[in-house]
Amino acid sequence: MIENLDPTMVDWARAQFALTAMYHWIFVPLTLGLTWFIAYCHTISYRTGNEEWKRLTRFWMRLFAVNFAVGVATGIILEFEFGTNWSNYSWMVGDIFGAPLAIEGLFAFFLESTFFAVMFFGWDRVSRRFHLVSTWMVALGSNLSAVWILVANAWMQHPAGQEFNPDTARFEMNSFRDIVFSPVAVAKFTHTASSSMVLSAFFVISVSSWYLLKGRHRTMARRSIVLASVFCLLSSLFVIFTGDQSAYAVAQKQPMKLAACEGLLRGQTGADLIAIGVVKDDHDIRDDKQVTRLNIGIPELLSYLANRNFKSFVPGVRDMVYGNPEQNLLGAKQKMVKGRTALAALAAYRSDRQAGDEAGAAAARDTLRANQDYIGYGYLEKPEDAVPPIALSFYSFHFMVILGTLFPVVSVLFLLVAWRNTFEKHRGLLRVGTILLIPGMIAHWLGWIVAEVGRQPWAIQDLLPVNVAATRLSSGSVRATFFLFLFLFTVLLIAEVGIMLKQISIGPEEG
Amino acid sequence: MRPGAAAGNLLRNIMVFYREGFRGMTLGRSLWLVVAIKILVIFGLLKIFFFPDFLESGFSTDRQRADFVLEQLTPPIPEPTTGSESP
Repeated sequence: MIENLDPTMVDWARAQFALTAMYHWIFVPLTLGLTWFIAYCHTISYRTGNEEWKRLTRFWMRLFAVNFAVGVATGIILEFEFGTNWSNYSWMVGDIFGAPLAIEGLFAFFLESTFFAVMFFGWDRVSRRFHLVSTWMVALGSNLSAVWILVANAWMQHPAGQEFNPDTARFEMNSFRDIVFSPVAVAKFTHTASSSMVLSAFFVISVSSWYLLKGRHRTMARRSIVLASVFCLLSSLFVIFTGDQSAYAVAQKQPMKLAACEGLLRGQTGADLIAIGVVKDDHDIRDDKQVTRLNIGIPELLSYLANRNFKSFVPGVRDMVYGNPEQNLLGAKQKMVKGRTALAALAAYRSDRQAGDEAGAAAARDTLRANQDYIGYGYLEKPEDAVPPIALSFYSFHFMVILGTLFPVVSVLFLLVAWRNTFEKHRGLLRVGTILLIPGMIAHWLGWIVAEVGRQPWAIQDLLPVNVAATRLSSGSVRATFFLFLFLFTVLLIAEVGIMLKQISIGPEEG
Repeated sequence: MRPGAAAGNLLRNIMVFYREGFRGMTLGRSLWLVVAIKILVIFGLLKIFFFPDFLESGFSTDRQRADFVLEQLTPPIPEPTTGSESP
């Protein structure tokens, strides 16, 4: 039974999933973004027939291959963890995730495995046109694969297009369209894909800056920086736009997450967006005090971000925990009552079915239907359990936004210097360039922390808390595999980074 | 040319394409060694010894799995500890 679940097991299982996802996410965004960069380079090479562009394309294709090869199969570990640590969850979402993940598998298999081979092995062996088409198909296929994974994740944030079947304990899809085109899914994909392009541009700038500092491959490095800076500028501006769309989707579908990210305790009309602030160490939402201090805010921007209206009301954490009748907001306290009614109806439905009481089962089913949107709240012990960790959500969100705001500035600097070809005078900028990949990767990880920590305590928003989603295992076994992974991933990462650095050190001549 | 022969030629050409492609790769053995070790560890060690599918291995039918999960979902409902202060 759930009440016998070891809470530390849930924490270790979450930590293990986070560790695996962070390791996996080193390779994925580079694959997603770099493939567009390579496709563009290949197109220039195809159109101009210039040998230098061909050499450049082949070089980045080789690094792309290294990244792809070392990243292969890391995502499958997440699937193992679902089956072992999150068996209730896996069972319940099987019908929803089945279709998107099957499509993802087909895309991955047919598009990637077919066109990857043509892209890598096809130089001078297939027609130039078919070779170029293959490169673009790899870009398209990789990103289409990502669509389905992100659709699945978005469904956990906003479980649209489903109905719970009390006979099978599974969520069943009743609208594929609602799942695929949910506003959260659209925002998640566009934000992830565009930020992956930024990260890939940083990867190109990092490697090229190192070459320029060493005085090697100057032409290729300069061309790469020009192209990557344009990529970075366009995609980082698009990231700001998609970030805004994401925030709007969060405000509409997961307002608690937005309130936690902004440290907004009490709802406000014309709410300020906190640009910079500090979360108090001893904050307690039961105290009617600010959660943050030393705030520098932008007047009314949070209201605009959340509702596209500067004067609108944005609910705070307390509004969503205790309710706000003035704004017609149900609190977790009231939702818990509905959730417990739904759980009692589910239990009654089961026992009535087993007893052959079809009339009683039908009545219980109706009660369940009427309250099922809040069923997850039935498992909470107290209303405050509905609040995600505020400090982690707040800092992750703000550091991500600060980094995301700096990225276009950095790309403009590189573009200007590359355009004027004055890198010799700006070696400091090149030094910064060599480490750009790090803040880019950190921004990505922070984004995932916002997405996943900010929706706690839910595995599926409002419907399934993580402690019910988890398998009853001893925390010892999950802890042991956590440290096994930590060791394994560290060793693999060292080996993989070593291989990548060796390939970079070899440079394009060996291609 | 017979259709079967054409298909056979196509398959042979594809095989040659892959074989020659791998042979011509300059990425080095260490990359493939790391990839092979990683896949071996993931599928040969982690999957078999550390990550059994809990419901798949513990129950023989979907009905049993559904019943087990439903039992997990419907615990005795505790009284809410609403001692927290509401505004």
